[in-house]
Amino acid sequence: MSDILTMAMPKGRIFEEAVELLRKAGFPLPPEFDDSRKLIVDVPEANMRFILAKPMDVPTYVEYGVADVGVAGKDTMIEEERDVYEVLDLKISACYLAVAGLPGCEKKGINPKVASKYPNLATKYFKEQGEQVEIIKLNGSIELAPLVGLADRIVDIVSTGRTLRENGLVELEKIVPITSRLIVNPVSYRMKDAQIDEMVEKLAAVVEEEKV
Amino acid sequence: MSTPFMFEKPVGMRDTLPSYYVKEEKVKRQMEEEIKTWGYLPIRTPTLEYYETVGTASAILEKQLFKLLDQDGNTLVLRPDMTAPIARVAASSLKDQVFPIRLFYHDSLFRAQEREGGRPAEFNQMGVELVGDGTTSADGEVIALMIAALEKSGLKDFKVAVGHIGYVNALLQDVLGSEERVQTLRRYLYEKNYVGFRQHVKSLPLSSIDKNRLLGLLELRGGIETLEKAAELVQTEEAKKSIQELKELEEILAGYGVTEYIKIDFNLVMHMSYYTGIVFEGYGNRLGFPLSSGGRYDELLAKFHRPAQATGFGIRLDLLIEALDTKEEVRQDTCILFSKERRGEAIQTAKALRKEGKRVVLQDLQGVENVDELSESFSDVRYFIGKNGQEG
Repeated sequence: MSDILTMAMPKGRIFEEAVELLRKAGFPLPPEFDDSRKLIVDVPEANMRFILAKPMDVPTYVEYGVADVGVAGKDTMIEEERDVYEVLDLKISACYLAVAGLPGCEKKGINPKVASKYPNLATKYFKEQGEQVEIIKLNGSIELAPLVGLADRIVDIVSTGRTLRENGLVELEKIVPITSRLIVNPVSYRMKDAQIDEMVEKLAAVVEEEKV
Repeated sequence: MSTPFMFEKPVGMRDTLPSYYVKEEKVKRQMEEEIKTWGYLPIRTPTLEYYETVGTASAILEKQLFKLLDQDGNTLVLRPDMTAPIARVAASSLKDQVFPIRLFYHDSLFRAQEREGGRPAEFNQMGVELVGDGTTSADGEVIALMIAALEKSGLKDFKVAVGHIGYVNALLQDVLGSEERVQTLRRYLYEKNYVGFRQHVKSLPLSSIDKNRLLGLLELRGGIETLEKAAELVQTEEAKKSIQELKELEEILAGYGVTEYIKIDFNLVMHMSYYTGIVFEGYGNRLGFPLSSGGRYDELLAKFHRPAQATGFGIRLDLLIEALDTKEEVRQDTCILFSKERRGEAIQTAKALRKEGKRVVLQDLQGVENVDELSESFSDVRYFIGKNGQEG
């Protein structure tokens, strides 16, 4: 049995905060970890291996079991609906999902269009609101869509609201608050239970401390 | 929609080529031999069933069903699991047979898939159903048999998590009262969303003692000591009964000598809504997905009008073979190449060799594209060529 625990880490926005959290929890991550361009980083002292993936892909790596655990934003969890355990709220990278658009855009059109990086999530949300909309999937810079007339509204994550303001958009509805989660593969959860429980415990302690 | 290329097959469908086929056959045979020695009898049911009966009873998600219509407009499904069809048989064709009935099967199941690779839409499963026996001995037998079959397949380093739906329901019911509130929390459990579970519990108007009882459920996994912790959280009759069953199960499994494989895990709440009691799942070390699962389903048979308690398991052969890395080569022993003049002689030789159990390819030389390439793949090549030529 290989005892190495593989952890999928999201590159980009969440990465730094996640690394900081792991260090606080006592995981000996090497200093070069932060600006490493490597996709796989082994940390034999901790009996761990880290794989660096696109945030949206972290739940996929974990679901298929090529990573035992991972750090994933709640936004990607809702969008991807992967069969993984969501065991701990790491309370980092806090932001929220919101509907936004140009001022006065709510009343527009009989076939309103919504652009988003999260087509599944957006579809589900508007269905729950009892509103029929057409979704257009984009991969980034979502704020552009209403400005150039591709869509009436957008669904995207908002942290400070600055990007929206700078582009003359207003927030219309908050959908759900988002933080990063520790996720676990269902088989690893049972086969490597001791290691994973230990990890959860350490991280939970740090998360609890931060809150105070 | 574009027209498919000629080589394409529908999404999620796989070909079984010889090299894979022999592996699957080997594993199947090894496990089947074991299952037969436990007195289980083979059964096969139709590929198509009515949606209204087996389709809805199977508890597989609606969107995962392959559906089609028959001439009368009835909706049919490609069977998505074997438990529901066998329940139908036990309640109809076998209705005069006294319980308990022990059956095993290996067949392909169909689940329409909407996602990417690694999730075949058709896969082979081998399993057993023990119908009409409500004892914990039956639960123990089925779990021990699953372990024995997995051992026979050559799988090492595997674990079986065992939980109890009755206990989970008893705890949720006792704290929350209404079924509606129970359902919400149960959904968080089978969605594996512990964060959501905790947040929801915190938002409920409950005493902190009750909240901690609910949160305690998430910690209930580990060895036999877990049962003591579970007993502290809830004392209703239903809960006591469930814990007693698990204690008994532990003794039974000790009798079979398989406790090393077992982990208690009360958080095992399956998607299949028909499970009522002891449930379990098997995990291999090299695989991200559970490769086998099963449990007690005491209410399913009633849907087919022959109420009976039952339990069973299914092992996914595709996943098992992935976990196993079985070494089984396709085998052909001898190649006899002949020319027309000596065909009779060649046939006689082939017959004699086949009688010895050799796998013989008998090939007319004229039909061969590349003799060197063909003969290279055999360790034993014999020629019957020319009018008076010698064999060799």
